[in-house]
Amino acid sequence: MKVFIARRFVYGLAVILLVSFFIFAMSRMAGDPRDLYVDEYTTAESYAAMGRAMGLDKPLVVQYLVWFGNALTGDFGRSLFVRTSALGVITERIPATMQLTVGAFIFALLTGIPLGVVSAVKRGTIWDYIGRTFALYGQALPAFWLGVMLILIFSVELGWLPTSKRGDWTHYVLPSVTLGWGSAAAFVRLTRSAMLEILDSEFVKFARAKGVANQKIIWKHSFRNALIAPLTFAGILLAAFLTGAVVTEQVFAWPGLGRLAVTSVFNNDFPVMTGVVMMFAGFFVAANFIVDMLYALIDPRIRYE
Amino acid sequence: MALAQEGITEAPDLELGRSRLGRWWVAFRNWPVIPIIIIGALVACAIFAPLIANKDPYRGDLFYRNYPPFWYNEFYEANPDDPRFILGTGPQGRDVFSRVVYGARISMTVAAIVLTAGAVGGTVIGLVAGYFGGNVDEILMRFADLTFAVPFILVALVVVIVLGPSLTIIIVLLVAFSWAVFARQVRGEALVLREQDYVSMAKVVGASPVYILYKHLLPGVFNTLMVVASLRVGTLILTESVLSYLGVGVPPPTPAWGAMVSDGRDYISSAWWVTFFPGLAIFLTVLAFNFLGDWLRDKLDPRLRQLAD
Repeated sequence: MKVFIARRFVYGLAVILLVSFFIFAMSRMAGDPRDLYVDEYTTAESYAAMGRAMGLDKPLVVQYLVWFGNALTGDFGRSLFVRTSALGVITERIPATMQLTVGAFIFALLTGIPLGVVSAVKRGTIWDYIGRTFALYGQALPAFWLGVMLILIFSVELGWLPTSKRGDWTHYVLPSVTLGWGSAAAFVRLTRSAMLEILDSEFVKFARAKGVANQKIIWKHSFRNALIAPLTFAGILLAAFLTGAVVTEQVFAWPGLGRLAVTSVFNNDFPVMTGVVMMFAGFFVAANFIVDMLYALIDPRIRYE
Repeated sequence: MALAQEGITEAPDLELGRSRLGRWWVAFRNWPVIPIIIIGALVACAIFAPLIANKDPYRGDLFYRNYPPFWYNEFYEANPDDPRFILGTGPQGRDVFSRVVYGARISMTVAAIVLTAGAVGGTVIGLVAGYFGGNVDEILMRFADLTFAVPFILVALVVVIVLGPSLTIIIVLLVAFSWAVFARQVRGEALVLREQDYVSMAKVVGASPVYILYKHLLPGVFNTLMVVASLRVGTLILTESVLSYLGVGVPPPTPAWGAMVSDGRDYISSAWWVTFFPGLAIFLTVLAFNFLGDWLRDKLDPRLRQLAD
């Protein structure tokens, strides 16, 4: 197990290194970083001096190491757009994304798991049909379209909920549903198949033969065991939410990290963009690491891979 | 029984007594009829787009901005001289129906190229990794892991902003992130196949690795390949539409469905049709391919059930 953790950990670090290398290469391919600061008062001397100050006269490898060293301490430079520390711009956006993610997670859990259980227990009935339809259609719905359609129905037509931006609790409903929809569908599928498998297992048959009450069989014997698969999946969700947040925040003009990533790209704000991408990569790798650990804990076969 | 084994489920013995309608119903239940109709319509739209679309998808008339679909009788009766647009027009006065039809072209082209390249590349890598094992396997599979370990959308954003948006870049990016699914699955199969007696025999008689991979391993992984490919189409089309929604996909004014949804976002309260129809097209396409993929998996290789879960 220790070897497994160590290997996964080293691998995670390697991924972060590769991403940083990729971003650095991309930022240099985008052109001389000085060009972004140049205006009509810039002389040739000050241009050269700026180059020296930014370390551009040094070999690329050294430049990369300096940049990566700074990035590790959270220094991504100053935002070219708002002229303050890029890290500051990024960190002030984190709460909005976190809240959205929590909202989406709650929605996915509260709709996905009950529907999955009901769908398995009442197999072949209308409930099962609803559950399976939701699971199938949920995956095929593009989140950005779902978001706009929810706005059309609940904000424009019915006027119940606000169309965009942050605010009181009503602002959280539509974005959370949009972001959580796909995951809710995945929860239904996972919970349903896990429940079906367990309801068909020997120990449940034995409990039935013994005369245990149906409710007890469903909730105590089956549900607890069936939860393992969806819960490990919750880790994967974290990573999926991060990517999904980029789209959802764009739809709802939500002032979080995802929207920051898109706007910084379109503003050519490289310091902020590199910061956001590095941060996302960090979250992503951490989420994957946690999932690997969870799987290894639950399924010992993985440890010996 | 023999019929069922050959996969002919249309009319097993039990069903022979049924009426003609009954037999149609059985065929309808056993074959993915609706998905095939939808996919057929899409392919037709993609190939014959200029014949099906009744307007130029690129050139809009700014005079006819955000005109409603044809069934808005009140609107068109108030403006009797204006042409009727089947699904209305967008904010630049471009015909929504024609753009949705041409959009099928973009989605299908991207899906076909990426899937082919991804499947071929992934299969070769998977076969090599599975057959040779050891360090080769380790290195190749770590690369495959890498594509799952980085957030694709963000990588795409960075690349597109540096190199500029183009169809080629989108395709390269999607291929770079889709070969690994094939490689993993094929490697798993290859690991099993290489232990088969006929592979050892081939080695004994001096067959080259390339010959063994091509003649003895490839046919064995073919079913898996088909299933994985059909299950991936939906994801692929979704991903492409997300990129074009974010504005880093196929550059405008090319009619890509995702970009069309984003075009209408600001007009949702006055012109819902601009957003609705392209999104519906994405939804139906992905749904049809997912259905087809599930069906193919159950037919060819039920062991792959976990793939979708």
